[in-house]
Amino acid sequence: MENKKQAQSSSGTNKVGLGQEIATLVKENIRDYMMYIALVIIMAFFTWKTKGGFIQARNISNLINQAGYVAVLAIGMTLILILKHIDLSVGYVAGFCGAIAAILMTQYGVNEWLAILIVLLIGLVIGLYQGLLVTRVGVPAFVTTLAGMFIFRGLLSLSLQKTGTIIVPNKGFNALSNGFIPDIPGLNLGVHALTLIIGVVAVVLVIFSQIKTRKNKIKYNFQVTSTPVFIFTLVFISAIIMAIIWVLAKYSGIPWAAVIVGVVLIIYNFMLNKTRLGRYIYGIGGNDQAAELSGINVKKVTLFAFCSMSVLAALSGVLYTSRLQSATPTAGLAFEMDAIASSYIGGVAVSGGIGKVTNTIIGALVIMSLTNGMNLMGVDISYQYIVKGIIFIIAVAFDVRTRSKSK
Amino acid sequence: MNDYILEMRDITKVFPGVKALSDVNFKVKRGEIHCLVGENGAGKSTLMKVLSGLHHYGTYTGDIVYNGEIQQFKSIADSEAKGIAIIYQELALVPELSIYENIYFGHEIMKGHTVDWNETIVKASEMLKKVRLHVDPSTKVKNLGVGNQQLVEIAKALSKDVKLLILDEPTAALNEDDSENLLKLIKELKEQGVTCIMISHKLKEIIAIADTITVLRDGSTICSMDTAEHPVTEAEIIKHMVGREIDNIYPKREKKEIGDICLEIKDWTVEDPVKQREILHKVNINVRKGEIVGLQGLMGAGRTELALSIFGNSPGYKITNGEIFVNGEQKHFKNPKAAINSGVAYVTEDRKGNGLVLIQDIKYNTTIANLEELTEGLAINENEEINVANDYKKSINIKAPSIMQKVGNLSGGNQQKVQLAKWLFVKPQVLILDEPTRGIDVGAKFEIYTLMNKLVEQGMSIIMISSELPEVLGMSDRLYVMSEGTITGELAAEEANEQKVMAMAIKSR
Repeated sequence: MENKKQAQSSSGTNKVGLGQEIATLVKENIRDYMMYIALVIIMAFFTWKTKGGFIQARNISNLINQAGYVAVLAIGMTLILILKHIDLSVGYVAGFCGAIAAILMTQYGVNEWLAILIVLLIGLVIGLYQGLLVTRVGVPAFVTTLAGMFIFRGLLSLSLQKTGTIIVPNKGFNALSNGFIPDIPGLNLGVHALTLIIGVVAVVLVIFSQIKTRKNKIKYNFQVTSTPVFIFTLVFISAIIMAIIWVLAKYSGIPWAAVIVGVVLIIYNFMLNKTRLGRYIYGIGGNDQAAELSGINVKKVTLFAFCSMSVLAALSGVLYTSRLQSATPTAGLAFEMDAIASSYIGGVAVSGGIGKVTNTIIGALVIMSLTNGMNLMGVDISYQYIVKGIIFIIAVAFDVRTRSKSK
Repeated sequence: MNDYILEMRDITKVFPGVKALSDVNFKVKRGEIHCLVGENGAGKSTLMKVLSGLHHYGTYTGDIVYNGEIQQFKSIADSEAKGIAIIYQELALVPELSIYENIYFGHEIMKGHTVDWNETIVKASEMLKKVRLHVDPSTKVKNLGVGNQQLVEIAKALSKDVKLLILDEPTAALNEDDSENLLKLIKELKEQGVTCIMISHKLKEIIAIADTITVLRDGSTICSMDTAEHPVTEAEIIKHMVGREIDNIYPKREKKEIGDICLEIKDWTVEDPVKQREILHKVNINVRKGEIVGLQGLMGAGRTELALSIFGNSPGYKITNGEIFVNGEQKHFKNPKAAINSGVAYVTEDRKGNGLVLIQDIKYNTTIANLEELTEGLAINENEEINVANDYKKSINIKAPSIMQKVGNLSGGNQQKVQLAKWLFVKPQVLILDEPTRGIDVGAKFEIYTLMNKLVEQGMSIIMISSELPEVLGMSDRLYVMSEGTITGELAAEEANEQKVMAMAIKSR
């Protein structure tokens, strides 16, 4: 009886006019749409201001390579912020870990892959230290990681004190943030064939998974968008993916940085949406006491988030060092600002419990487009900070307003 | 006498998608105690929010006539300026501040450009005298019990020269003594000329105190009854609230098969290391298979502390002595997970505070305590999860459009059902229910009682903590009474009555 009623009401909503449906969709998802619109506006603005320079294949590849180190930090930060904590130390943890990697490779002759592994383990130890302080000793995350900021900034300058900036000669290491995936040998089409193939595969996968999800929703009588809207969404997403792929294929193909960020993103997206751990993270962020009484080990999950954060900070340090092909004492400055801003622009709720890593990536693109575009325009760094700050606060203010209205 | 202090005429208030109030008429005579009753979601709170200006002028249709004039309140400050004060269920005091600071918070007594604290303390003491709260006005509010905090709120309202006092479920969190005190005070205020509107679910106290009773149902006024004209009975009010007669508030169980002891607690002693005080002292209780055991006691008797410490969650307290046995086997629950794994579930009294994740949906909240059962390899089987949530939604009648509904948008009764779904899904042997029907309407109460009966018939054991005496007496096979952290009595259902239980509940250690 009740099911029948539901089916009626859901088919009823299907019958409303397309215009009205789109209006409701926009109203309900205004937060997400605004983020995409902002990104498009920002990109269009810089393309205009740089007379097309911004949107050129070379610059887009560059942008992705630049965005890598912030993107991995922002993914980790999303977890921390969902849990209502914060990690201010990530910048200097990244800087310190990057420096250690460079020292291992240049002064101890350690193989680059082993060096990366060692540095990630160091990140894990740092995460354990800060996580245990927060969960076991009970020092607030703000204070713990502020102290971390001091400590790792000190360790960074200490480790580079004798040598100054270290130039990293390892080709494989430097390719991480400068190189591109190889093409299929023997082909000479003028475009990067493997990149195109990956793009097509990605589009097919996206379409299949979307159709599968939709079918499932229909099976359970949940509300779905009408067919025209659904098809439009699919076409839109496919077009965007193919456009980016095309731009990259015309240049040198997919950057390794994009592959690394993509893998991290897929792992974290799966973890947050499909596993128990992900559920627990949202639960603790939404109501930690309820989570505790539901048998969730709040301390363990929080500790995990801090460990994951510091490991990703180490990875970020590796990417940054690779990008500059050197380790410098100023590495890590203000990374945490970009990471936190990316997460919030990507829609993490200031009150915790809500957030998606996929949206965080969009947030990171917004922040890095601003950096890249303003650099192209030759805007002074002081103004860059002010502009980013203003965009950040507008995004959060908008978020807070839309959320309080939906209540 | 037809002197109305307040008339709300044809008030209609629409939220996106729902009509919360439709043409509600509500008249309050000057100097009376007017009780407003209705199921949760009937529109009582919305009506009071319209009156106070929280839903400001222009967001509703209809007229508010106060003291003979049409009012257009734009904010709470507007209504307060006219002498209307609301005291909400969740008290709005600052715990770290003293009583006198709280009373004059927001309307400080000034001398030039600075606060005149001496005058404040003198005035605050007068207000405290009026509400018969005999404590030092410099006491911090956090050191007061809930009952006394309630009195401070009233003192605060009096300090603003209130003419119309609105109390939203003032006794919901109070024990019998404090409730009685409060009701007495309301009567005294009436004699001093303060008109009072009281929202309450407790029909007994309504009958005892009300001059007029107005019943709301589904956003409409059902009736207004003058208790001077004819004595109103509980059954009559219930009939108007739900639109049908409920013959028996406590459903009878078909069969009673009480088995062996399922959970036993021996010599349970818990200490508060900071205050160096025993919270619980040598508590011995047990519950058998297929039995409902009531745990009655006044607020502060240690009932929730007992349940939480058994359940492995008593932050700040130290369990200094005691043993737990489940089916005769000794257990140590170092956290709630361990308790759950041994088949013990605890349904909290504070569903919004530590029961549910309000920003998540019904599905999420139903499965969160037992995701193990739904996990295959690394991932959660989401189809199976949907089935589970749908099954529970249907079997315990959670009223919502779908399981994707956010729990924060549900009524109290439905939230409580989601909590029950969550804990039934962990398939416990022993279910500890802490105030299972607090703040929920009569219809949902009946459903929860029926569900409890069904569960024990299937062989579950239930410990029901409740401060509502009739409920404990009506539902339990056996009951324990607690006072000041000790068990002061154990009674079989047949020998228990209100007088006996009350006598045990106020017994000092």
